[in-house]
Amino acid sequence: MANDLFNSFMSGPDEQGRFGIFGGRFVSETLMPLILSLEEEYEKAKTDPSFWAEMDDLWANYVGRPSPLYFAERLTEHLGGAKVYMKRDELNHTGAHKINNVLGQIILARRMGKTRIIAETGAGQHGVATATVCAKFGLKCVVYMGAHDVRRQAPNVFRMRLLGAEVIPVTSGRGTLKDAMNDALRDWVTNVRDTFYCIGTVAGPHPYPAMVRDFQSIIGKEAKEQMMKAEGRLPDTIIAAIGGGSNAMGLFYPFLDDKSVNIIGVEAGGKGVNEKMEHCASLTGGRPGVLHGNRTYLLQDDDGQILEGYSISAGLDYPGIGPEHSWLHEVGRAKYVSITDKEALEAFQLCCATEGIIPALEPSHALAHVMKIAPELPKDHIIIMNMCGRGDKDIFTVAKFLGFDMSDTEGRDADD
Amino acid sequence: MTRIDAKFAELNAQGKKAFVSYVMAGDPDFDTSLELVKGLPGAGVDVIELGLPFTDPMADGPTIQLAGQRALDGGMTLQRTLDLATEFRKTDGITPIVMMGYYNPIYSRGVGRFLADAKAAGIDGLIVVDLPPEEDAELCLPAQAAGLNFIRLATPTTDDKRLPRVLQNTSGFVYYVSITGITGSAEAQATDVGPEVARIKAATDLPVIVGFGINTPEKSRAIASVADGAVVGSAIVAQIGAGKPVAEVLAFVKTLSDGAHSA
Repeated sequence: MANDLFNSFMSGPDEQGRFGIFGGRFVSETLMPLILSLEEEYEKAKTDPSFWAEMDDLWANYVGRPSPLYFAERLTEHLGGAKVYMKRDELNHTGAHKINNVLGQIILARRMGKTRIIAETGAGQHGVATATVCAKFGLKCVVYMGAHDVRRQAPNVFRMRLLGAEVIPVTSGRGTLKDAMNDALRDWVTNVRDTFYCIGTVAGPHPYPAMVRDFQSIIGKEAKEQMMKAEGRLPDTIIAAIGGGSNAMGLFYPFLDDKSVNIIGVEAGGKGVNEKMEHCASLTGGRPGVLHGNRTYLLQDDDGQILEGYSISAGLDYPGIGPEHSWLHEVGRAKYVSITDKEALEAFQLCCATEGIIPALEPSHALAHVMKIAPELPKDHIIIMNMCGRGDKDIFTVAKFLGFDMSDTEGRDADD
Repeated sequence: MTRIDAKFAELNAQGKKAFVSYVMAGDPDFDTSLELVKGLPGAGVDVIELGLPFTDPMADGPTIQLAGQRALDGGMTLQRTLDLATEFRKTDGITPIVMMGYYNPIYSRGVGRFLADAKAAGIDGLIVVDLPPEEDAELCLPAQAAGLNFIRLATPTTDDKRLPRVLQNTSGFVYYVSITGITGSAEAQATDVGPEVARIKAATDLPVIVGFGINTPEKSRAIASVADGAVVGSAIVAQIGAGKPVAEVLAFVKTLSDGAHSA
């Protein structure tokens, strides 16, 4: 870490697509030429003002950016310590941060002349965002979604179908996000010539982790400017939930070289990190391995077989994490913690009650960590947590855990 | 010279095409799988590809995915796969074995330790699907240094500009993937494959073997006639998946190898 203080934390990845030892391009030969041409195309777009002009226009007029930076006054009062701000990316069109990235990738796909878009989705937020942008541009869209997630995220499945996407339930493995990603890769390798794979997180082969981070960095850029305006200084702590880690990378990246800012990523602790892998905390409970095109921390057994994660939140239910997070973890620039289902559910309810905001289960994990640390911090300590998605999609899951019968129109508790 | 090099030199001297078969180690269980592998040379198999089971086989279709799951459910591991090769080598010192799979189990064991163990178990070559030339430093170069062949996949998307890079650190043979797709999906067409094989052969002295989408004796013959040999995987694995006895599977393999050898 000492040496790194003289260098930027924002210069990665290197030419091999590595952040330290993490990242890379671990894909079959069939995909390699495509990944190289995607990298070339992205490098061109990055410095092309017309590309960013198109992005800025859509971000402003289609997505509704900038999203507000909101001072959560009652929550702050309730916790009795640090000042809590929320970056309101749940107010974006489609209800989450996912669309920031999808727009970038779809514009790239159009520049590359691709006519068919595929995506994987866990909670369905990335699938909905992809289906939305495809509808807007008249592109064919196929979304792979684990069969288990199709059941627990039925509203999003219906949304995707309304938007004209074909949703393919994936039954291999345990039917969650990891398996959806495998089948999306199998589709891609088969339809390599006309198809663009729109990855929803900061994972996969280079250049995806860097490209998705760059598109999501709008979150952190805005938050920084908004905080300077609101408080005239940088925040002390920034916090975001992590499945693959795209909303977190988006918030963190513009702050990486601001050494005074504490950076905390919150993984899904499921039923608890020490209980037989019933969690998705790759950094807390995993070790480095190679999956889905990159080297990163993974949940795996002694033989290098990948384990299925578990979380109440379908969007965090992934046994890996973006490679840049693995690197930030190893160099110590960011700290990673985990939050259990139970803690996230408590945060979910507190947020509803104190702020009138129904958060998604994913940012509820980040909020739960805010609840842990804010009371111990001084009142002039400023926290930004990323409210990366809204909870409409999760009300059925939460109702079930709280024993509330949604089919009962009287609204009584299930065991009344 | 590895057993692979020796085998191709022998086939070349006889003017014969190679027949390569793929089976998943430990499918449906260790003992049945060992019995099957031991029977392969007698069924006309020139090179054995031994699948290393992995939870997330991203380049494989349902047939081989399920085979991997059966093997893992039966307690198969990388160590047991090496054990299987060791057992096979007690009765056959000539037939080359190529281990085929994905990188993570190997990386998890540690590359140095894996290469030493693989060599000791009598493995001759490696095909690791998710290690393109861009990642040669990971395993390809250390494997060559340890005396194992590293067999590279070339595909229909490997254009002329990229081909030299793909061939550069390849040894043993070149595995041409006949289709863009996963194992056991579309059917390979000899008319498409012929010119592609010729293109690769113009750039290398290594034998070019064609796999993916070959599932009948006729196809085996047609593809082998335009290449140095043919690989069959899913069609054989499907028979194991259907619960066919080993003798019956081997009889099917014999028809496939006869196809390639008559080319």
